[in-house]
Amino acid sequence: MRERLYGWGRTSPSFANVLTPDNDAAVLEALTTQRHVLARGLGRSYGDAAQAAGGVVLRNDAFTAMSPISEDGLVTVGSGVSIDDLIRVGMPLGWFVPVTPGTRQVSVGGAIAADVHGKNHHVDGSFGVHVREMRIATPIGIMTCTPHQNSDLFWATIGGMGLTGFILEATVQLLAINSDHVLVDTVKHNDLDGVMADMIAHDHNYRYSVSWVDCMTKGRSMGRGIITRGDHAPSAQGPLTPPSSAKITIRLDAPSGLLNPLSIRVFNELWFRKAPKKRDAEAQSIGTFFHPLDGVNDWNRLYGRRGFVQYQFAVPDAATETVRRAIETLSRSGVPSFLAVLKRFGDGNHGHLSFPTPGWTLALDLPVGPDGLPRVLDALDTLVLEAGGRVYLAKDARLDPSSFRAMYPRYEEFLAVKNAVDPQGVVTSDLARRLELMTK
Amino acid sequence: MENAFGQPQTVVVLGGTSDIAEAIVAELCAARTRNVVVAGRNREALERAAASAQGAGATTTNVVVFDAAEPSNATDTIDACFAAIGAPVDLVIVAVGLLGDQFADEENPAAAAAIATVNYTWPVAALAALKPKMVQQGTGRILVITSVAGIRVRRGSYLYGSAKAGLDRHCEGMADALLGTGVSLQILRPGFVHTKMTKGMDAAPFSVDAERVATDTVAGLASSARVIYSPGIMKWLFAILRHLPAPLWRKINESR
Repeated sequence: MRERLYGWGRTSPSFANVLTPDNDAAVLEALTTQRHVLARGLGRSYGDAAQAAGGVVLRNDAFTAMSPISEDGLVTVGSGVSIDDLIRVGMPLGWFVPVTPGTRQVSVGGAIAADVHGKNHHVDGSFGVHVREMRIATPIGIMTCTPHQNSDLFWATIGGMGLTGFILEATVQLLAINSDHVLVDTVKHNDLDGVMADMIAHDHNYRYSVSWVDCMTKGRSMGRGIITRGDHAPSAQGPLTPPSSAKITIRLDAPSGLLNPLSIRVFNELWFRKAPKKRDAEAQSIGTFFHPLDGVNDWNRLYGRRGFVQYQFAVPDAATETVRRAIETLSRSGVPSFLAVLKRFGDGNHGHLSFPTPGWTLALDLPVGPDGLPRVLDALDTLVLEAGGRVYLAKDARLDPSSFRAMYPRYEEFLAVKNAVDPQGVVTSDLARRLELMTK
Repeated sequence: MENAFGQPQTVVVLGGTSDIAEAIVAELCAARTRNVVVAGRNREALERAAASAQGAGATTTNVVVFDAAEPSNATDTIDACFAAIGAPVDLVIVAVGLLGDQFADEENPAAAAAIATVNYTWPVAALAALKPKMVQQGTGRILVITSVAGIRVRRGSYLYGSAKAGLDRHCEGMADALLGTGVSLQILRPGFVHTKMTKGMDAAPFSVDAERVATDTVAGLASSARVIYSPGIMKWLFAILRHLPAPLWRKINESR
């Protein structure tokens, strides 16, 4: 059926014929008979990664099979199984997902394609390194790959934004936990230097760490922030309870401009004041700690009709100055950023287009509307590039082709693998076209 | 593909030597536009427009020659433009237009019909040829340049004004027809713009240059406004002017 497809930021929708195949043969048929095909999961990538204008988009919703969890925590799931499903089934048995992004509403296929990361990247890496095996439908047939067998295809698919084909199923290594709570330490700093120094000094003592940073204040308190860090509690009484689903749903687009510099500044002030100066070992539920975004369904509508973009970049450790200048640039330009999240990344993996690289990563939610925003973000691209960094494709909706190539120097290697399994260039997306990813 | 801010990468301009279109293309190339096709009547002038697009940042430009006096070429022209882009077309600008000479042409059937053809009939044929191709893409925008002269037609330019009025109303309907297809149509209604087309004419109040129209247009593309006025005050001015009693309207225009 012809359907309008959006990314989570709801910025540049396009129309495609959407199918929901429920078996391998149906996927293969689409890949071998249609001109342009793309897989789509739960649509949580922010930009145009899961859209293919004028093509055929295959939802992975029907690939929901799940094997029993083995004694050592291996589970084989269909690509349409969500992180939420995995947690629901796994937690009562003492298993947690090895990596979770800020929402549980991500399919395993999407988590692999975007090689998602969580608060534990500095310790555990991204989702892809916990994948042991995949079956992928490509235009030349169904392939099984592991880090050792067809490893090129394996790593091109990890972070490959769905451009190698349709992930049918994956075997994932789960994490053993003994509690449904996380013990959280919170600490607040009045400026960016304090936040960053603390993260460098103490992040390695925790499995999970993330900081909220205020990009709206100017002057000395610019970049003030709250660091929350923790680890799974060592034990619990009774069975582990998975998080419950959201109770609130936003059903209408908020008026554009609801999230404006003033309202965001007020929110930031309250948020910052509400946080304790320092608090140790607070027991938080899995949902509260990992998935604050899942408290409200369709929260993206709060940004109004014109939607929002998320800008997330990674720069090497040495580029602390780039993080500062990025926040300065935003705070000076008056472009409001509702949510700014700072994190430290550990080592990257072999994924050709996988985003995480060691160092800092900063993610910013920015409502579309201010005239200056496109240029401000172009200026941030330049800053990030100068520091040897990159922006995250799963969040991107506005990068240009030449910056993409400079940020992802391994794209030609990626292309060679892709061309081998997709010689006609059938598998494509609006993102791939925008970044001219398939042009030599 | 167009990005989150409505900035296109591939642009086709029908009437590519129009000063307004050229200024819009320059603005677009300063952002994300790299692949441009300029189509029009005069190859040399088109080559110059293509070169100026390159100067503004385009990396691939092509020229397609057609004559808007002949609506039967519309399909071939559109096909040639799409083939030259070789990818989804993000934005088609319909900028063909002919001001003509009202007082010389108004009793000359052939000349009067020519003004109607270039300003109305050819664009209508081109839009008909465009529609299925854009809808097939599932994405893209069409920007049609009409004029405030079509909101309330003047004695001194009714040949041009009536044709632009027809095109403008045509586009209002077509924009509705495109809802739910991923393709959108936006109408640009400039006021008096200093260009080679209006050279030598007395400027109307609130006259602007093509660069100003380009700035307003790019902002309008970003906000997806269905009708873009340039300058913006034209929207309010013509909301009043269109309802003026005829004698008063004539009186205002006598001086011009």
